[in-house]
Amino acid sequence: MNDALDVVLRLLVVFGVFLTFPLIVGQTEHKVMAHMQGRLGPMYAGGFHGWAQLIADGVKFAQKEDVVPAGADRRVFQLAPAVALLPYLLVLLAIPIGPGEGAVGQVLDAGVFFVLAVMGVGVLGSLMAGWASANKFSLLGGLRTAAQLLAYELPMLLAAASVAMAAGTVSLPGIVHAFHWWWLPWQIVGAIVFFVAGLAELQRPPFDMPVADSEIIFGAYTEYTGLRFALFLLAEYAGIVVLCGLTTVLFLGGWHGPWGADGLGWLWTLLKTAVLAFVVIWLRVTYPRLREDQLQKLSWTLLVPLSLAQIALTGIVKVVIR
Amino acid sequence: MSLAAAQHGFLSPTGVEIAFLLVGLVTLGAALVTVTTRQLVHAALWLVVALGGLAVEYLLLTAEFIAWVQVLIYVGSVVVLLLFGLMLTRAPIGRSPDADSGNRWAALAVAAAAAAALVWVVVDAFRTTWIDLDGPAAGTTRVTGQSLFQNWVLPFEALSVLLLAALVGAIVLSRKAAADPPPGAAPAARTSGEKEGAR
Repeated sequence: MNDALDVVLRLLVVFGVFLTFPLIVGQTEHKVMAHMQGRLGPMYAGGFHGWAQLIADGVKFAQKEDVVPAGADRRVFQLAPAVALLPYLLVLLAIPIGPGEGAVGQVLDAGVFFVLAVMGVGVLGSLMAGWASANKFSLLGGLRTAAQLLAYELPMLLAAASVAMAAGTVSLPGIVHAFHWWWLPWQIVGAIVFFVAGLAELQRPPFDMPVADSEIIFGAYTEYTGLRFALFLLAEYAGIVVLCGLTTVLFLGGWHGPWGADGLGWLWTLLKTAVLAFVVIWLRVTYPRLREDQLQKLSWTLLVPLSLAQIALTGIVKVVIR
Repeated sequence: MSLAAAQHGFLSPTGVEIAFLLVGLVTLGAALVTVTTRQLVHAALWLVVALGGLAVEYLLLTAEFIAWVQVLIYVGSVVVLLLFGLMLTRAPIGRSPDADSGNRWAALAVAAAAAAALVWVVVDAFRTTWIDLDGPAAGTTRVTGQSLFQNWVLPFEALSVLLLAALVGAIVLSRKAAADPPPGAAPAARTSGEKEGAR
Protein backbone atom coordinates (compact mmCIF):
# COMPACT_ATOMS: atom_id res chain seq x y z
CA MET A 1 0.00 0.00 0.00
CA ASN A 2 2.72 2.41 1.00
CA ASP A 3 4.71 1.51 -2.07
CA ALA A 4 1.75 2.14 -4.35
CA LEU A 5 1.11 5.50 -2.68
CA ASP A 6 4.77 6.40 -3.12
CA VAL A 7 4.67 5.57 -6.84
CA VAL A 8 1.45 7.52 -7.35
CA LEU A 9 2.86 10.55 -5.54
CA ARG A 10 6.04 10.51 -7.61
CA LEU A 11 4.09 10.21 -10.84
CA LEU A 12 1.83 13.09 -9.81
CA VAL A 13 4.79 15.33 -8.98
CA VAL A 14 6.52 14.52 -12.28
CA PHE A 15 3.28 15.14 -14.13
CA GLY A 16 2.89 18.47 -12.37
CA VAL A 17 6.40 19.47 -13.37
CA PHE A 18 5.63 18.33 -16.90
CA LEU A 19 2.58 20.58 -17.05
CA THR A 20 4.04 23.69 -15.42
CA PHE A 21 7.73 23.97 -16.31
CA PRO A 22 7.25 24.10 -20.11
CA LEU A 23 4.69 26.87 -19.61
CA ILE A 24 7.10 28.80 -17.40
CA VAL A 25 9.79 28.47 -20.07
CA GLY A 26 7.29 29.57 -22.71
CA GLN A 27 6.25 32.63 -20.76
CA THR A 28 9.90 33.48 -20.08
CA GLU A 29 10.52 33.21 -23.79
CA HIS A 30 7.72 35.67 -24.52
CA LYS A 31 9.12 38.20 -22.09
CA VAL A 32 12.85 37.71 -22.68
CA MET A 33 12.48 37.83 -26.47
CA ALA A 34 10.35 40.93 -26.20
CA HIS A 35 12.80 42.79 -24.01
CA MET A 36 15.78 41.75 -26.15
CA GLN A 37 13.94 43.19 -29.16
CA GLY A 38 12.96 46.41 -27.39
CA ARG A 39 9.29 45.42 -26.91
CA LEU A 40 7.22 44.70 -23.83
CA GLY A 41 5.65 41.41 -24.87
CA PRO A 42 2.30 40.29 -23.42
CA MET A 43 1.11 42.80 -20.80
CA TYR A 44 -2.65 42.36 -20.34
CA ALA A 45 -3.59 38.73 -19.67
CA GLY A 46 -3.70 38.14 -15.91
CA GLY A 47 -2.86 41.71 -15.03
CA PHE A 48 0.75 41.57 -13.82
CA HIS A 49 3.05 41.73 -16.87
CA GLY A 50 0.84 39.34 -18.80
CA TRP A 51 1.68 36.33 -16.64
CA ALA A 52 -1.44 34.43 -17.74
CA GLN A 53 -0.78 34.80 -21.47
CA LEU A 54 -0.02 31.12 -22.05
CA ILE A 55 -3.09 30.03 -20.09
CA ALA A 56 -5.14 32.29 -22.32
CA ASP A 57 -3.37 30.73 -25.33
CA GLY A 58 -4.27 27.28 -24.04
CA VAL A 59 -7.95 28.23 -23.73
CA LYS A 60 -7.80 29.65 -27.25
CA PHE A 61 -6.26 26.45 -28.65
CA ALA A 62 -8.87 24.31 -26.89
CA GLN A 63 -11.68 26.28 -28.50
CA LYS A 64 -10.38 25.92 -32.04
CA GLU A 65 -11.76 23.35 -34.43
CA ASP A 66 -9.75 20.16 -34.75
CA VAL A 67 -9.31 19.79 -38.50
CA VAL A 68 -8.03 16.65 -40.18
CA PRO A 69 -7.33 17.23 -43.90
CA ALA A 70 -9.49 15.09 -46.21
CA GLY A 71 -6.49 13.51 -47.93
CA ALA A 72 -4.62 12.78 -44.72
CA ASP A 73 -4.01 9.41 -43.11
CA ARG A 74 -6.46 9.96 -40.26
CA ARG A 75 -5.16 7.65 -37.56
CA VAL A 76 -1.47 8.43 -37.98
CA PHE A 77 -2.26 12.13 -38.22
CA GLN A 78 -4.16 12.06 -34.93
CA LEU A 79 -1.67 9.86 -33.14
CA ALA A 80 1.40 11.94 -34.03
CA PRO A 81 1.13 14.68 -31.33
CA ALA A 82 0.97 12.06 -28.58
CA VAL A 83 4.03 10.28 -29.96
CA ALA A 84 5.87 13.60 -30.02
CA LEU A 85 4.92 14.60 -26.48
CA LEU A 86 4.91 11.45 -24.34
CA PRO A 87 8.65 10.61 -24.58
CA TYR A 88 9.52 13.85 -22.81
CA LEU A 89 7.17 12.94 -19.96
CA LEU A 90 8.93 9.59 -19.63
CA VAL A 91 12.37 11.23 -19.68
CA LEU A 92 11.39 13.64 -16.90
CA LEU A 93 10.78 10.58 -14.70
CA ALA A 94 14.46 9.70 -14.77
CA ILE A 95 16.07 13.11 -14.17
CA PRO A 96 17.28 13.52 -10.57
CA ILE A 97 17.07 16.99 -9.08
CA GLY A 98 18.52 16.25 -5.63
CA PRO A 99 20.84 13.78 -3.93
CA GLY A 100 18.17 11.89 -1.98
CA GLU A 101 16.12 8.86 -2.95
CA GLY A 102 13.02 11.05 -3.04
CA ALA A 103 14.38 13.58 -5.51
CA VAL A 104 14.04 11.49 -8.65
CA GLY A 105 10.96 9.95 -10.23
CA GLN A 106 12.55 6.58 -10.83
CA VAL A 107 16.18 5.49 -10.46
CA LEU A 108 17.24 3.60 -13.57
CA ASP A 109 20.35 1.50 -13.86
CA ALA A 110 20.99 2.57 -17.45
CA GLY A 111 19.63 6.10 -17.07
CA VAL A 112 21.72 7.77 -19.77
CA PHE A 113 20.69 5.19 -22.34
CA PHE A 114 17.07 5.46 -21.25
CA VAL A 115 16.85 9.22 -21.68
CA LEU A 116 18.68 9.30 -25.01
CA ALA A 117 16.71 6.36 -26.39
CA VAL A 118 13.35 7.76 -25.39
CA MET A 119 14.17 11.28 -26.58
CA GLY A 120 14.96 9.85 -30.00
CA VAL A 121 11.48 8.30 -30.16
CA GLY A 122 9.86 11.73 -29.93
CA VAL A 123 11.12 12.58 -33.39
CA LEU A 124 8.94 9.78 -34.79
CA GLY A 125 5.99 12.04 -33.93
CA SER A 126 7.26 14.76 -36.27
CA LEU A 127 7.92 12.20 -38.99
CA MET A 128 4.42 10.74 -38.65
CA ALA A 129 2.91 14.23 -38.72
CA GLY A 130 4.93 15.20 -41.77
CA TRP A 131 3.94 12.13 -43.73
CA ALA A 132 0.31 11.80 -42.67
CA SER A 133 -0.63 15.42 -43.46
CA ALA A 134 -0.61 14.73 -47.23
CA ASN A 135 1.01 18.11 -47.79
CA LYS A 136 4.27 18.58 -49.60
CA PHE A 137 5.52 21.22 -47.19
CA SER A 138 4.79 18.88 -44.30
CA LEU A 139 6.63 16.08 -46.06
CA LEU A 140 9.64 18.32 -46.62
CA GLY A 141 9.55 19.25 -42.95
CA GLY A 142 9.45 15.57 -41.99
CA LEU A 143 12.40 14.84 -44.28
CA ARG A 144 14.44 17.63 -42.78
CA THR A 145 13.54 16.44 -39.28
CA ALA A 146 14.79 12.95 -40.06
CA ALA A 147 18.00 14.19 -41.66
CA GLN A 148 18.66 16.44 -38.68
CA LEU A 149 18.05 13.66 -36.15
CA LEU A 150 20.35 11.26 -37.99
CA ALA A 151 23.10 13.87 -38.04
CA TYR A 152 22.88 15.07 -34.45
CA GLU A 153 22.06 11.85 -32.58
CA LEU A 154 25.63 10.63 -32.94
CA PRO A 155 27.53 13.60 -31.39
CA MET A 156 24.95 13.72 -28.59
CA LEU A 157 25.48 10.05 -27.79
CA LEU A 158 29.26 10.39 -27.95
CA ALA A 159 29.25 13.40 -25.62
CA ALA A 160 27.05 11.54 -23.14
CA ALA A 161 29.32 8.50 -23.45
CA SER A 162 32.28 10.67 -22.51
CA VAL A 163 30.73 11.79 -19.24
CA ALA A 164 29.57 8.24 -18.51
CA MET A 165 33.19 7.11 -18.99
CA ALA A 166 34.37 9.81 -16.61
CA ALA A 167 31.90 8.79 -13.92
CA GLY A 168 32.26 5.06 -14.50
CA THR A 169 28.50 4.60 -14.46
CA VAL A 170 25.53 5.16 -16.75
CA SER A 171 23.05 5.90 -13.99
CA LEU A 172 22.08 9.58 -13.83
CA PRO A 173 22.21 9.97 -10.03
CA GLY A 174 25.46 8.00 -10.07
CA ILE A 175 27.00 10.44 -12.54
CA VAL A 176 26.08 13.45 -10.39
CA HIS A 177 27.37 11.68 -7.27
CA ALA A 178 30.73 11.19 -8.96
CA PHE A 179 30.94 14.83 -10.07
CA HIS A 180 33.82 17.09 -8.97
CA TRP A 181 34.20 20.74 -9.84
CA TRP A 182 37.20 20.10 -12.10
CA TRP A 183 35.00 18.02 -14.39
CA LEU A 184 33.65 21.28 -15.71
CA PRO A 185 36.83 22.30 -17.62
CA TRP A 186 37.56 18.63 -18.36
CA GLN A 187 34.18 17.94 -20.00
CA ILE A 188 33.42 21.41 -21.34
CA VAL A 189 33.76 20.41 -25.01
CA GLY A 190 31.43 17.49 -24.46
CA ALA A 191 28.96 19.74 -22.68
CA ILE A 192 28.85 22.22 -25.55
CA VAL A 193 28.51 19.44 -28.13
CA PHE A 194 25.71 17.83 -26.11
CA PHE A 195 23.83 21.09 -25.70
CA VAL A 196 24.15 22.10 -29.35
CA ALA A 197 23.16 18.65 -30.59
CA GLY A 198 20.21 18.69 -28.20
CA LEU A 199 19.09 22.05 -29.56
CA ALA A 200 19.25 20.59 -33.06
CA GLU A 201 17.24 17.56 -31.98
CA LEU A 202 14.57 19.86 -30.54
CA GLN A 203 14.60 21.88 -33.78
CA ARG A 204 15.09 25.09 -31.85
CA PRO A 205 16.58 28.12 -33.61
CA PRO A 206 19.20 28.36 -35.05
CA PHE A 207 18.51 24.73 -35.99
CA ASP A 208 14.85 25.20 -36.96
CA MET A 209 15.24 24.29 -40.63
CA PRO A 210 12.47 21.62 -40.34
CA VAL A 211 9.90 24.30 -39.43
CA ALA A 212 11.44 27.18 -41.41
CA ASP A 213 8.38 29.40 -41.76
CA SER A 214 9.73 31.43 -44.66
CA GLU A 215 10.24 28.31 -46.79
CA ILE A 216 7.92 25.49 -45.78
CA ILE A 217 5.24 27.30 -43.69
CA PHE A 218 5.58 25.30 -40.47
CA GLY A 219 7.06 22.03 -41.66
CA ALA A 220 5.47 18.90 -40.32
CA TYR A 221 2.95 20.84 -38.22
CA THR A 222 1.50 22.92 -41.07
CA GLU A 223 -1.86 21.13 -41.19
CA TYR A 224 -2.42 20.93 -37.44
CA THR A 225 -4.95 23.04 -35.59
CA GLY A 226 -6.30 23.48 -32.10
CA LEU A 227 -5.18 21.24 -29.28
CA ARG A 228 -3.09 18.92 -31.42
CA PHE A 229 -1.03 21.88 -32.60
CA ALA A 230 -0.71 23.03 -28.99
CA LEU A 231 0.58 19.58 -28.03
CA PHE A 232 3.40 19.91 -30.58
CA LEU A 233 4.29 23.31 -29.14
CA LEU A 234 4.16 21.86 -25.63
CA ALA A 235 6.48 19.06 -26.79
CA GLU A 236 9.00 21.67 -27.92
CA TYR A 237 8.99 23.44 -24.56
CA ALA A 238 8.99 20.20 -22.59
CA GLY A 239 11.98 19.30 -24.74
CA ILE A 240 13.76 22.47 -23.63
CA VAL A 241 13.15 21.59 -19.98
CA VAL A 242 14.40 18.04 -20.54
CA LEU A 243 17.49 19.10 -22.49
CA CYS A 244 18.50 21.76 -19.96
CA GLY A 245 17.85 19.38 -17.06
CA LEU A 246 19.94 16.67 -18.72
CA THR A 247 22.82 19.03 -19.50
CA THR A 248 22.73 20.16 -15.87
CA VAL A 249 22.77 16.61 -14.56
CA LEU A 250 25.38 15.27 -16.95
CA PHE A 251 27.83 18.16 -17.23
CA LEU A 252 27.12 20.89 -14.70
CA GLY A 253 27.05 18.78 -11.56
CA GLY A 254 23.33 18.82 -10.83
CA TRP A 255 22.80 19.51 -7.15
CA HIS A 256 26.46 20.33 -6.43
CA GLY A 257 27.12 23.99 -5.74
CA PRO A 258 29.56 26.24 -3.88
CA TRP A 259 27.39 26.08 -0.75
CA GLY A 260 24.17 24.59 0.56
CA ALA A 261 24.61 21.33 -1.31
CA ASP A 262 23.02 19.23 1.45
CA GLY A 263 19.41 20.23 1.65
CA LEU A 264 19.09 22.94 -0.94
CA GLY A 265 20.73 20.89 -3.69
CA TRP A 266 17.52 20.72 -5.71
CA LEU A 267 17.59 24.52 -5.87
CA TRP A 268 20.98 24.37 -7.60
CA THR A 269 19.60 21.93 -10.16
CA LEU A 270 16.62 24.16 -10.87
CA LEU A 271 18.81 27.27 -11.05
CA LYS A 272 21.24 25.73 -13.52
CA THR A 273 18.35 24.41 -15.60
CA ALA A 274 16.74 27.85 -15.65
CA VAL A 275 19.99 29.53 -16.73
CA LEU A 276 20.37 27.03 -19.56
CA ALA A 277 16.77 27.58 -20.61
CA PHE A 278 17.54 31.30 -20.74
CA VAL A 279 20.52 30.54 -23.00
CA VAL A 280 18.21 28.56 -25.30
CA ILE A 281 15.92 31.57 -25.62
CA TRP A 282 18.88 33.91 -26.02
CA LEU A 283 20.23 31.82 -28.92
CA ARG A 284 16.85 31.99 -30.62
CA VAL A 285 16.86 35.76 -30.53
CA THR A 286 20.51 36.09 -31.52
CA TYR A 287 21.30 33.73 -34.37
CA PRO A 288 19.85 33.45 -37.87
CA ARG A 289 18.66 30.09 -39.10
CA LEU A 290 21.31 27.72 -40.45
CA ARG A 291 20.84 26.44 -43.99
CA GLU A 292 20.30 22.70 -44.47
CA ASP A 293 23.83 22.05 -45.80
CA GLN A 294 25.35 24.19 -43.04
CA LEU A 295 23.39 22.13 -40.52
CA GLN A 296 24.76 18.86 -41.83
CA LYS A 297 28.27 20.25 -42.16
CA LEU A 298 28.29 21.56 -38.59
CA SER A 299 27.37 18.15 -37.26
CA TRP A 300 29.57 15.89 -39.35
CA THR A 301 32.68 18.04 -39.66
CA LEU A 302 32.70 19.83 -36.32
CA LEU A 303 30.59 18.20 -33.61
CA VAL A 304 31.43 14.56 -34.34
CA PRO A 305 35.24 15.12 -34.39
CA LEU A 306 34.99 17.33 -31.29
CA SER A 307 33.05 14.70 -29.37
CA LEU A 308 35.52 12.02 -30.45
CA ALA A 309 38.37 14.22 -29.22
CA GLN A 310 36.50 14.67 -25.95
CA ILE A 311 36.18 10.90 -25.55
CA ALA A 312 39.92 10.50 -26.21
CA LEU A 313 40.70 13.20 -23.63
CA THR A 314 38.37 11.58 -21.10
CA GLY A 315 40.05 8.23 -21.63
CA ILE A 316 43.56 9.66 -21.24
CA VAL A 317 42.75 11.60 -18.07
CA LYS A 318 40.90 8.61 -16.68
CA VAL A 319 43.94 6.38 -17.18
CA VAL A 320 46.35 9.00 -15.80
CA ILE A 321 44.45 9.68 -12.57
CA ARG A 322 43.83 6.01 -11.86
CA MET B 1 18.43 -29.50 -13.85
CA SER B 2 15.29 -31.35 -12.90
CA LEU B 3 15.46 -29.49 -9.60
CA ALA B 4 15.10 -26.15 -11.36
CA ALA B 5 12.20 -27.46 -13.39
CA ALA B 6 10.56 -28.78 -10.25
CA GLN B 7 10.86 -25.43 -8.50
CA HIS B 8 9.34 -23.45 -11.33
CA GLY B 9 6.31 -25.24 -12.71
CA PHE B 10 4.74 -24.17 -15.97
CA LEU B 11 1.25 -24.63 -14.61
CA SER B 12 1.37 -21.83 -12.06
CA PRO B 13 2.64 -18.85 -14.02
CA THR B 14 3.69 -15.68 -12.23
CA GLY B 15 2.53 -12.21 -13.23
CA VAL B 16 5.77 -11.54 -15.06
CA GLU B 17 5.34 -14.67 -17.15
CA ILE B 18 1.80 -13.72 -18.09
CA ALA B 19 2.92 -10.20 -19.02
CA PHE B 20 5.77 -11.70 -21.06
CA LEU B 21 3.33 -13.87 -22.97
CA LEU B 22 0.88 -11.03 -23.63
CA VAL B 23 3.59 -8.64 -24.82
CA GLY B 24 4.95 -11.45 -26.97
CA LEU B 25 1.56 -11.89 -28.62
CA VAL B 26 1.31 -8.14 -29.30
CA THR B 27 4.83 -8.16 -30.77
CA LEU B 28 4.02 -11.13 -32.97
CA GLY B 29 0.80 -9.49 -34.15
CA ALA B 30 2.58 -6.23 -34.96
CA ALA B 31 5.27 -8.15 -36.85
CA LEU B 32 2.62 -9.97 -38.88
CA VAL B 33 0.86 -6.71 -39.75
CA THR B 34 4.24 -5.23 -40.71
CA VAL B 35 4.79 -7.81 -43.43
CA THR B 36 1.18 -8.09 -44.60
CA THR B 37 -0.08 -4.48 -44.71
CA ARG B 38 -0.35 -2.87 -48.12
CA GLN B 39 0.51 0.61 -46.79
CA LEU B 40 4.24 1.18 -46.89
CA VAL B 41 4.57 3.75 -44.10
CA HIS B 42 2.15 1.82 -41.89
CA ALA B 43 4.47 -1.16 -42.22
CA ALA B 44 7.34 0.96 -40.88
CA LEU B 45 5.20 2.22 -38.01
CA TRP B 46 4.04 -1.29 -37.10
CA LEU B 47 7.71 -2.22 -37.09
CA VAL B 48 8.13 0.37 -34.33
CA VAL B 49 5.48 -1.46 -32.30
CA ALA B 50 7.17 -4.81 -32.90
CA LEU B 51 10.63 -3.54 -31.96
CA GLY B 52 9.27 -1.70 -28.93
CA GLY B 53 7.51 -4.89 -27.84
CA LEU B 54 10.84 -6.70 -28.06
CA ALA B 55 12.38 -4.02 -25.83
CA VAL B 56 9.64 -4.62 -23.26
CA GLU B 57 10.38 -8.35 -23.41
CA TYR B 58 14.04 -7.62 -22.66
CA LEU B 59 12.97 -5.47 -19.72
CA LEU B 60 10.82 -8.29 -18.38
CA LEU B 61 13.85 -10.58 -18.63
CA THR B 62 15.76 -8.01 -16.46
CA ALA B 63 18.07 -7.10 -19.36
CA GLU B 64 17.60 -3.38 -18.84
CA PHE B 65 20.68 -2.25 -20.74
CA ILE B 66 19.86 -4.33 -23.82
CA ALA B 67 16.28 -3.04 -23.73
CA TRP B 68 17.26 0.63 -23.88
CA VAL B 69 19.91 -0.03 -26.52
CA GLN B 70 17.21 -1.78 -28.54
CA VAL B 71 15.02 1.34 -28.35
CA LEU B 72 17.95 3.65 -29.07
CA ILE B 73 19.28 1.79 -32.10
CA TYR B 74 16.22 0.24 -33.68
CA VAL B 75 13.31 2.53 -32.84
CA GLY B 76 15.32 5.75 -32.64
CA SER B 77 17.67 5.29 -35.58
CA VAL B 78 16.88 2.37 -37.88
CA VAL B 79 13.18 3.14 -38.20
CA VAL B 80 13.90 6.85 -38.63
CA LEU B 81 16.33 5.95 -41.41
CA LEU B 82 13.69 3.67 -42.93
CA LEU B 83 11.03 6.39 -42.85
CA PHE B 84 13.56 8.86 -44.27
CA GLY B 85 14.25 6.50 -47.15
CA LEU B 86 10.55 5.90 -47.76
CA MET B 87 9.73 9.61 -47.76
CA LEU B 88 12.64 10.37 -50.08
CA THR B 89 11.53 7.79 -52.61
CA ARG B 90 7.87 6.78 -52.48
CA ALA B 91 5.48 7.02 -49.57
CA PRO B 92 1.93 7.30 -50.90
CA ILE B 93 -0.95 7.69 -48.48
CA GLY B 94 -3.23 4.69 -48.86
CA ARG B 95 -2.64 1.27 -50.33
CA SER B 96 0.06 0.37 -52.81
CA PRO B 97 -1.33 -2.71 -54.57
CA ASP B 98 1.88 -3.13 -56.57
CA ALA B 99 4.01 -3.42 -53.42
CA ASP B 100 3.67 -7.20 -53.41
CA SER B 101 6.45 -9.29 -54.83
CA GLY B 102 4.54 -12.54 -55.34
CA ASN B 103 7.01 -14.45 -53.21
CA ARG B 104 4.51 -14.69 -50.37
CA TRP B 105 4.73 -18.47 -49.94
CA ALA B 106 8.49 -18.68 -50.27
CA ALA B 107 8.83 -15.92 -47.69
CA LEU B 108 6.43 -17.70 -45.37
CA ALA B 109 8.41 -20.94 -45.70
CA VAL B 110 11.72 -19.18 -44.96
CA ALA B 111 10.20 -17.33 -41.99
CA ALA B 112 8.71 -20.53 -40.56
CA ALA B 113 11.99 -22.40 -40.99
CA ALA B 114 13.98 -19.60 -39.36
CA ALA B 115 11.53 -19.34 -36.48
CA ALA B 116 11.58 -23.11 -35.96
CA ALA B 117 15.38 -23.20 -35.94
CA LEU B 118 15.62 -20.29 -33.49
CA VAL B 119 12.96 -21.63 -31.14
CA TRP B 120 14.58 -25.06 -31.19
CA VAL B 121 18.04 -23.68 -30.43
CA VAL B 122 16.84 -21.37 -27.66
CA VAL B 123 14.65 -23.98 -26.04
CA ASP B 124 17.43 -26.54 -26.23
CA ALA B 125 20.00 -24.18 -24.71
CA PHE B 126 18.01 -22.34 -22.05
CA ARG B 127 15.15 -24.69 -21.19
CA THR B 128 16.34 -25.17 -17.63
CA THR B 129 17.79 -21.71 -17.02
CA TRP B 130 15.91 -19.49 -14.62
CA ILE B 131 16.52 -15.87 -13.76
CA ASP B 132 16.80 -15.22 -10.05
CA LEU B 133 14.80 -12.04 -9.62
CA ASP B 134 15.68 -11.63 -5.94
CA GLY B 135 19.47 -11.60 -6.33
CA PRO B 136 21.52 -8.97 -8.19
CA ALA B 137 19.95 -8.40 -11.58
CA ALA B 138 21.67 -10.39 -14.30
CA GLY B 139 21.12 -7.81 -17.03
CA THR B 140 22.46 -4.63 -15.45
CA THR B 141 24.94 -2.51 -17.34
CA ARG B 142 27.79 -3.63 -15.07
CA VAL B 143 27.19 -7.33 -15.62
CA THR B 144 26.62 -6.88 -19.36
CA GLY B 145 29.78 -4.83 -19.72
CA GLN B 146 31.88 -7.29 -17.75
CA SER B 147 30.77 -10.30 -19.75
CA LEU B 148 31.12 -8.37 -23.00
CA PHE B 149 34.66 -7.17 -22.37
CA GLN B 150 35.96 -10.21 -20.51
CA ASN B 151 34.43 -13.25 -22.21
CA TRP B 152 33.28 -11.90 -25.55
CA VAL B 153 35.86 -9.25 -26.39
CA LEU B 154 37.13 -11.00 -29.53
CA PRO B 155 33.70 -11.33 -31.23
CA PHE B 156 33.01 -7.76 -30.17
CA GLU B 157 36.15 -6.48 -31.87
CA ALA B 158 35.54 -8.61 -34.95
CA LEU B 159 32.06 -7.12 -35.23
CA SER B 160 33.48 -3.61 -34.91
CA VAL B 161 35.90 -4.25 -37.76
CA LEU B 162 33.09 -5.70 -39.86
CA LEU B 163 30.91 -2.62 -39.27
CA LEU B 164 33.84 -0.34 -40.00
CA ALA B 165 34.47 -2.13 -43.30
CA ALA B 166 30.79 -1.80 -44.22
CA LEU B 167 30.85 1.89 -43.37
CA VAL B 168 33.95 2.59 -45.44
CA GLY B 169 32.50 0.55 -48.29
CA ALA B 170 29.25 2.51 -48.21
CA ILE B 171 31.06 5.82 -48.29
CA VAL B 172 33.29 4.73 -51.17
CA LEU B 173 30.25 3.52 -53.15
CA SER B 174 28.29 6.72 -52.60
CA ARG B 175 31.27 8.84 -53.64
CA LYS B 176 31.65 6.92 -56.91
CA ALA B 177 27.97 7.11 -57.74
CA ALA B 178 27.85 10.91 -57.52
CA ALA B 179 30.27 11.60 -60.37
CA ASP B 180 33.57 10.22 -61.51
CA PRO B 181 36.00 12.38 -59.54
CA PRO B 182 39.19 13.57 -61.18
CA PRO B 183 42.13 11.27 -60.37
CA GLY B 184 43.63 13.79 -57.98
CA ALA B 185 40.52 13.91 -55.80
CA ALA B 186 40.14 10.18 -55.28
CA PRO B 187 42.77 9.71 -52.53
CA ALA B 188 41.31 12.67 -50.61
CA ALA B 189 37.89 11.06 -50.78
CA ARG B 190 39.32 7.78 -49.56
CA THR B 191 41.01 9.32 -46.51
CA SER B 192 37.98 11.33 -45.48
CA GLY B 193 35.92 8.15 -45.82
CA GLU B 194 38.26 6.34 -43.49
CA LYS B 195 38.21 9.21 -41.06
CA GLU B 196 34.47 8.99 -40.81
CA GLY B 197 34.65 5.24 -40.74
CA ALA B 198 36.88 5.44 -37.67
CA ARG B 199 33.85 6.34 -35.63
